[in-house]
Amino acid sequence: MVTISSEPLSAPLNVGFDYTRSLGPVLGRFATGLRGHTIAGVRGSDGRVLVPPAEYDPVTAEKLTEFVDVGTEGVVQTWSWNAQPLDGQPLSHAFAWALVKLDGADTGLLHAVDAGSPDKMSTGMRVRVRWAAEPVGSIRDIECFEPLDAEPVERQPVVGDDVTMLTTPIHLRYDHTASPEESRYLRGLAEGKLLGQRCPACDKVYIPPRGSCPTDGVPTEDEVELPDHGVVTTFCVVNVPFLGQRIKPPYVAAYILLDGADIPFLHLVLGCDAAEVRMGMRVRAQWRPRDQWGTTLENIDHFEPSGEPDAPYESYAQHL
Amino acid sequence: MSEVAVVGFAQAPNVRRTPGTTNGVEMLVPVFHRLFAETGLSKQDIGFWCSGSSDYLAGRAFSFIAAVDAIGAFPPIMESHVEMDAAWALYEAWVKIRTGEAETALVYGFGKSSAGELRRIMAMQMDPYLVTPLWPDSVGVAGLQARLGIEQGLWTEADMAEVAAASRRAALSNPDAQLSGETTAEELLKQPYLADPLRAHDCAPITDGAAAIILASGDKARELSERPAWITGFEHRVDTPMLGARDLTTSPSTIAAAKAAGVDGVQVAELHAPFTHQDILLRQALGLGEEVRVNPSGGVLAGHPMFAAGLIRIGAAAAEIRAGRADKALAHATSGPLLQQNLVCVLEGR
Repeated sequence: MVTISSEPLSAPLNVGFDYTRSLGPVLGRFATGLRGHTIAGVRGSDGRVLVPPAEYDPVTAEKLTEFVDVGTEGVVQTWSWNAQPLDGQPLSHAFAWALVKLDGADTGLLHAVDAGSPDKMSTGMRVRVRWAAEPVGSIRDIECFEPLDAEPVERQPVVGDDVTMLTTPIHLRYDHTASPEESRYLRGLAEGKLLGQRCPACDKVYIPPRGSCPTDGVPTEDEVELPDHGVVTTFCVVNVPFLGQRIKPPYVAAYILLDGADIPFLHLVLGCDAAEVRMGMRVRAQWRPRDQWGTTLENIDHFEPSGEPDAPYESYAQHL
Repeated sequence: MSEVAVVGFAQAPNVRRTPGTTNGVEMLVPVFHRLFAETGLSKQDIGFWCSGSSDYLAGRAFSFIAAVDAIGAFPPIMESHVEMDAAWALYEAWVKIRTGEAETALVYGFGKSSAGELRRIMAMQMDPYLVTPLWPDSVGVAGLQARLGIEQGLWTEADMAEVAAASRRAALSNPDAQLSGETTAEELLKQPYLADPLRAHDCAPITDGAAAIILASGDKARELSERPAWITGFEHRVDTPMLGARDLTTSPSTIAAAKAAGVDGVQVAELHAPFTHQDILLRQALGLGEEVRVNPSGGVLAGHPMFAAGLIRIGAAAAEIRAGRADKALAHATSGPLLQQNLVCVLEGR
């Protein structure tokens, strides 16, 4: 047994994606209007003017087609005070969330009101649109609403081709925690050790170890230190270049089954011609210099052929 | 069609932060083991598995697949998942048993809300074209609904504080609760606003947790439990996602689901109300009188593990039946912003 702290490892995990969506005729018309400083609503089945416009009636699901332009001033129907705005919200200083019923509309539009303080907010107060500096055809073309006594900000509309697409960047932050078993494995790597764990029910050795044996549903407990050599069970030759690729193709990504393990993991096989790699080939880890080690499998730069005779197919057939 | 009953319920302690992963395995394994010990079943006895969770909450794709490790899915199992509260996974399992596809089902939900910024992540459930780009946070949006009711005389800030105080008092007898204690509305109202008109006590806490329920059909349920909680009504309905286009001071979808499920004569109700004013709104919408005990567990104001909290309402209502404290109980679960989608499950003892 290796003595390693059992406190789980954690690290910031930031994920992001620019969601790009087509708008269709109703939302496209609304977005195009916003860019040009007009606000389109649509008449619902019950005669109400819905803003923002709905493609289908919220109650009857009837397709809606009668557009109605509404005003750029309106009245606050309800509000809440946002003292500490979060990333991405319309304003970076304190503001009110509000449902604003624009003149000529029958429903409230959710947006921000830049009132300065909660005592300047009241239900029934009148507000007007403050347009964004650079309109693109998005709900964010309304920078926010503001009380009528605010100093107006001069902003120019944009005229052009119809807006048909919308891109919404989404960025979310997490504190990602490895399981206790994964943490022992990662700390082992930092010391140059490959630590797996044996399932108490089926005796299979997992590396990385799992919080629960996927076959038996019980935590893996007994630690097993594995050697840094094993066998290629299966592999593929990467010929296609892609964004972020760190090695010039062709190269080999392979499943490596360490001697004594029951599950292979994915790694690189270098140090020979890609065409020489084969199922059953014996390989050995090539570690990076010790001063570059961290809590990561990247401490092993790649695997290389060890020159030993190939393993017979039967020896790894159950691990494909 | 088969009758279906709840025969087992277990949950992980509701806590502000667990050290585990976002795939829930560490919370689920002990919950499953407790359920199997309680019912005498093993994983091989489960005909259908269904779960509720969210990748946005977990911050990783297909987190529910990683959670399947907790089951030990060999030999292969019949399994499904909903990207919503596990109360809806229970609905899927109920259909599976009703239609004779399975005799037993295990339904689980899990959420590690502490991994991310919960009220910001909740913006991802809004309209992705017109609303999410503004990143409206769940607390700020709830404040809009709370103020509408306050200004229309449907509830007061003091009424809301009383809901929070009652929740914490009730939770004193719930060993899994995150928040409990003796307090009064007067004490709570001295606290500053979090998002005027909401104070911290008006909002369900950020909770890590998991829960699971075992369902069984007819004779199997009678074999497994001395007093199964029979599901005699199960309905869910949805309102428009356009917040400005519906009456936010009531919940038409809750009313419709309750009417269809048949809630007359319920003696106890577990309501999924993540904000104090929604507890009052739901009592009004459901027409629950003083004679109905509401949230004996403390409700979600005492602990709100996302994607498990609705399932826990069904488990808590079933516990009231199975312990003989009630003959007819109502469980409610909600999904979406401001009570947009609502599920009502009626349970009875015989």
